[in-house]
Amino acid sequence: MIEFQNVTKQFPDGTFAVKDFSLVLPSHKVTVFVGSSGAGKTTLLRMINRMVNPTSGKVLIDGEDVAGLNPVALRRKIGYVLQATGLLPHRKIADNIASVPRLNGVPKSKAREEALILLDTVGLDRSLADRYPDQLSGGQQQRVGVARALASDPNILLMDEPFGAVDPIVRLELQDELNRLQGEISKTMVFVTHNIDEAFAIADQVVILRAGGEIAQVGSPAEILANPADDFVETFIGADKGKRTLHLQRREEDGVTLIVDAEGRPAGILGEDKG
Amino acid sequence: MSWLVDNFDLVARLTGNHAILSVIPIVLGFVIAVPLGWIANRSHSLRSWVIGGGSFLYTIPSLPLFVILPYILGTRITDERNIIVALTIYAVAMMVRTAADALAAVPADAVEASTSIGYSLWTRFWLVEFPLAGPVLLAGLRVVSASTIALVSVGAIIGSANLGYLFTNGKQRDFLEEILIGIGASFLIALVFDIAIVLLGRVLMPWNLRKSPASKSIRQNAVGVY
Amino acid sequence: MQFFLDAFRWLLDPANYVAGGISPLPIQDRIGEHLWYTFVSVAIASMIALPLGLFIGHTGRGRQFVISFTGMMRALPTLGLLMALFLIIGATVPFTQAAFVASIIALVILAIPSILAGGYAGVESVDPQTVDAGRAMGMTEMQILLRIEIPLSLPLIISGIRAAVLQVIATAVIASYISLGGLGTVISSGIGLNDNERILGGAILVIALALVVDGFLALLQRLVTRRGSKEARPQNIDFRRRSFGSAAVAEEPVNERKRHVQSKK
Repeated sequence: MIEFQNVTKQFPDGTFAVKDFSLVLPSHKVTVFVGSSGAGKTTLLRMINRMVNPTSGKVLIDGEDVAGLNPVALRRKIGYVLQATGLLPHRKIADNIASVPRLNGVPKSKAREEALILLDTVGLDRSLADRYPDQLSGGQQQRVGVARALASDPNILLMDEPFGAVDPIVRLELQDELNRLQGEISKTMVFVTHNIDEAFAIADQVVILRAGGEIAQVGSPAEILANPADDFVETFIGADKGKRTLHLQRREEDGVTLIVDAEGRPAGILGEDKG
Repeated sequence: MSWLVDNFDLVARLTGNHAILSVIPIVLGFVIAVPLGWIANRSHSLRSWVIGGGSFLYTIPSLPLFVILPYILGTRITDERNIIVALTIYAVAMMVRTAADALAAVPADAVEASTSIGYSLWTRFWLVEFPLAGPVLLAGLRVVSASTIALVSVGAIIGSANLGYLFTNGKQRDFLEEILIGIGASFLIALVFDIAIVLLGRVLMPWNLRKSPASKSIRQNAVGVY
Repeated sequence: MQFFLDAFRWLLDPANYVAGGISPLPIQDRIGEHLWYTFVSVAIASMIALPLGLFIGHTGRGRQFVISFTGMMRALPTLGLLMALFLIIGATVPFTQAAFVASIIALVILAIPSILAGGYAGVESVDPQTVDAGRAMGMTEMQILLRIEIPLSLPLIISGIRAAVLQVIATAVIASYISLGGLGTVISSGIGLNDNERILGGAILVIALALVVDGFLALLQRLVTRRGSKEARPQNIDFRRRSFGSAAVAEEPVNERKRHVQSKK
């Protein structure tokens, strides 16, 4: 469990990235911070592994204040995936994945063996192990980034817009993959994105943020869709434009039932009820 | 300082000649290097020839070049034209890479836009590529200017009457002050030239007064290592 | 052309390589001296300038110093520096050692700016995101420097050393005028004796030495230019990426991140 207690981050120039932020992130669940640029979501994420230190307030992991922990040791126990992948360009894929275990003193051959297994875990072919990062596609690099974050078997996984730089199709693929993976490994995940659809696709708990890290609404995707807290949330999730209000429409010519949005644009078709 | 007062005419004359010996290679080097840099960007193989040639020439140490040139040019060894030719070679060698990089860094969409509105190759170069490459070219020119002025003094070894004479003469007479005055005067020329180049840049490129961070970092790179 | 043929004949004459010849002969001894001076000065200069350059690159403190310092040093006349140091050192050190000590000091001073700038520019050219990733996975600042920044900046570090070596080889030639040994003595004795073979032969030797040493370092530079590290030559550091790439593509997020990185340090 990760807990933010009245956390504030003020930059030297006086602006607030986050102001008096309090929230509990449950264990083994995916919490997604979503908001536009400048909403402080990355700052919040980076406070968990002390890449940023709060100006005031506390961040607790399982009840322990991270401010009292050695940042280097803390970071080695927390997986971190970046948008830019942050893969070391001068190291092969297997060595990149093995980075943290190697820092922790795991012997080279063992670390490599584990790296190969992690390639399987994230759905990459083992033949990529001896390539360099720039020989991989963006989507593959992101998978390597995830594998690297998992290498030290951390309880917590921080993901900072990890799929922001890949094309939409690959992005959906990676989201599915992440859901599958989370089903297997069940980590406490904190995910940052500015894309509300992505947040709904992967989150157990969605945190919608306004500028300055102010919470607009917290809840499961269903709760937020059913009861948007205010106009801001409505606009943010697209409910105000009728994008989320769907109706059924039967086509006379072939009997298929279409699902259309408030403006009559088709959004899908009605399938058979499951179970 | 009394030495300087007594020998002011000599120092002034040497300084003047030093400045002339510097300014010719600096200007010639620029005029030759910019078109070469443009040519270097035409194709990959041209680039490696031009850039490779530049770094080859730059590798040649100065004194050996000063003494070899008379045999190639048919001049006397004490002829100052040797020094001018040698320093022009260095100026081109230093400048050509900067010129090629500066022209390559001109935003492709600016070039494309000007082509699409019907600029010829020639007008496009003068109205778009050259001015946009200007700040980096200017930075390169400043490097060339400082190095050239410093190198001129080596010519004193083969008898050229520039500030280097104060070094050789000061050493023979065991008179440190004379050498230090020579170094000071050489720095002074470099400073005046540098200010002149910067001012020239302001006059020719008034839009560049407020520098973008990107172009600033390029300029710093150009000034960084050679 | 005849001059050059004569010079090559002189260079190939075995008599000029017999041990115990009158200075500047035998030639191989002068080559050895020249290489020795170069090695000693560049080694000392590296010990001073590399740690400083890496420190400045890593912390970002003192960049302005490097830029102004290298700019100023470029305008320093090498001949004047040599002669001034010779007189200053000569006043305290016995005449037989004065040339060596003064020359090495001058050569070290001249080698420092390029090595300093190479180290600084090298570290600076490493993608801040890569450094950030290293920090996020729990590397200490020293590990970041040793495992990320130095390996990725090796091509630029070597390129700085290359520039320094060229400068030192060239200046060591001139140092024969303050009685230093090396290949400069071949040229200066040739000028003194009005001996064309020696002047040209010496000049050709120096040029060949500079090219060979520079070629060797270029090869080394290519060997360490691993995948992913930036293009090797100094003036090209990040050229295109900085001019359009990051400026155009990255707006808020990168700024945000940079601020984080700074606020952490």
